[in-house]
Amino acid sequence: MTDATKIAPLAPAHEPPPGMVEKRGRGLWLTHALLIFSVLVVFFPIWLAFVASTVTQSEIARPPMPLLPGGEFLENYRRALFQGVNVPVTTMLVNSMVMAVGIALGKIVISLLSAFAIVYFRFPGRTVFFWLIFLTLMLPVEVRIVPTYEVVAGFGMLNSYQGLILPLIASATATFLFRQFFLTIPDELAEAARVDGARPMRFFWDIVLPMSRTNIAALFVILFIYGWNQYLWPLLITTDPSMNTVVMGIKQMFPSGDDTADWPVIMATSILAMIPPVIVVVGMQRLFVRGLVDSEK
Amino acid sequence: MEKRVTFRGWILPAALVAPQLLISLVFFFYPAGQAVYQSLFIPDPFGLSMQWVGLGNFEFLLSDPFYRASFVTTAVFSILVTLVSMIPALFLAVLADRLIKGAGTYRTLLIWPYAVAPAIAGVLWLFMFNTRVGVVAWYLGLLGYDWNHVLNGGEAMGLVVVASAWGRISYNFLFFFAALQAVPKSVIEAAAIDGARFWRRFWTIVLPLLSPTTFFLLVVNVVYSFFETFGVIHTITAGGPQQSTTILVYKVYRDGFVSQDLGSSAAQSVILLVVVGLLTVIQFKVIEKRVHYG
Repeated sequence: MTDATKIAPLAPAHEPPPGMVEKRGRGLWLTHALLIFSVLVVFFPIWLAFVASTVTQSEIARPPMPLLPGGEFLENYRRALFQGVNVPVTTMLVNSMVMAVGIALGKIVISLLSAFAIVYFRFPGRTVFFWLIFLTLMLPVEVRIVPTYEVVAGFGMLNSYQGLILPLIASATATFLFRQFFLTIPDELAEAARVDGARPMRFFWDIVLPMSRTNIAALFVILFIYGWNQYLWPLLITTDPSMNTVVMGIKQMFPSGDDTADWPVIMATSILAMIPPVIVVVGMQRLFVRGLVDSEK
Repeated sequence: MEKRVTFRGWILPAALVAPQLLISLVFFFYPAGQAVYQSLFIPDPFGLSMQWVGLGNFEFLLSDPFYRASFVTTAVFSILVTLVSMIPALFLAVLADRLIKGAGTYRTLLIWPYAVAPAIAGVLWLFMFNTRVGVVAWYLGLLGYDWNHVLNGGEAMGLVVVASAWGRISYNFLFFFAALQAVPKSVIEAAAIDGARFWRRFWTIVLPLLSPTTFFLLVVNVVYSFFETFGVIHTITAGGPQQSTTILVYKVYRDGFVSQDLGSSAAQSVILLVVVGLLTVIQFKVIEKRVHYG
């Protein structure tokens, strides 16, 4: 009998047995099983919508509907994209895209400029401006819908892209984010630029903007989803179906009264409406998580 | 914090802030001011003139049983949405945190619902529980439960809560998961060596370390359920049955745009404005704490 075998039975007492902190063996499988089950539960509504978008209306109308996809995929999506209910879904998707990109770019551009001014200049009214912007943090558009609607109507911007975009870019989150970031840019860079005789805007283009690339991208991801998912505002100001966005237009596809809803087309539309934001969130996951954490700081 | 090195001049910076200032004044400060102004008047039935009523709109609102009921509904709704979205998220984050490999894959899958707009989430859940064609409603029927959220206020509330909380699970999961990953492994291992089992470690070490994140998420989720769930309510219940799911934001919309009761709607906006102000203050206090404890 060697020494090693005598010591061996004691060993577990000196180090934690496996599975105490991270799961191994049976516990590991249980953890995976619970996670997979949860993912399936969380995905069920999306799966059901997908299945509904691939079967016929009569299969849905006779409950229970099947839980596996049928053969009507192409037909339903063709009908949704090119006929829709009030207006082809393609039109609504284009409107949503213009609105989401417009809001994201608009906010980023005006915020970059004003944050640059706040951080790199001492000008009269700077503090007042700062507080004015700070106040806009506090008021979601939902709270001031009636008067904002009147302003937009007064400008004749109902049923227009400007009307969809402009009121939603009046928010301060992005300005604060860029201000925070600009404050971390080393002073030496601005000093060197000044010594070299660079004008402020040259400094902005050649140094500040390239350094902010990641922040801009992360913010774009968050703002794109914010814009795409807007509901109340487009509902108020787009009375013309050809200006509807897809997220608000889907509710307009339900018939009023007792008529039966065209479920396959509605569900195909809901799948189409979630594809762009899902691509952005999943495809740019790292930027998305960063933007999410940044914009809540 | 201020910059040491700055540029001179005031015309350029004024031009740089002009776009944001202009948009904020036109689409933010002017409408907010209008909301306060309109809340002090009642328009006559033809909309030709306005009659000054002082705080009359507010007095009327606060004594209106429907408005008070809407406050209670909003409170119940936001507490439920917060709980239903945070507890499963914490559970999933704890599970994913125990994995050495594969946690990233689950994260990728679990963030999907965040990308789904509240209004679309409303349509998906409505479809599952639709009284005529809904699969879940049908299977509930097989089990002997007669689901009808169109008539039953409690069921309607349950449905809008779950539909609103669904996408938020992703959001809360991301924050809980990041916070869990930041808990020092050495502390956990030390406790494990001292013989503390999983649940004991969770209650005495992990949960207290998560408290800044938890408070932060509490506030953010309450703000979400107040203001961003309009799409869910509008698609699933439209505030019914009998106003049982009429939250404050929905009431502002309905009184302002459907009933055209502008004075009352403006007064409600002002009250909401105060609520937002309070929530914002709380949020900033909480965030200060969060930064402090790191």
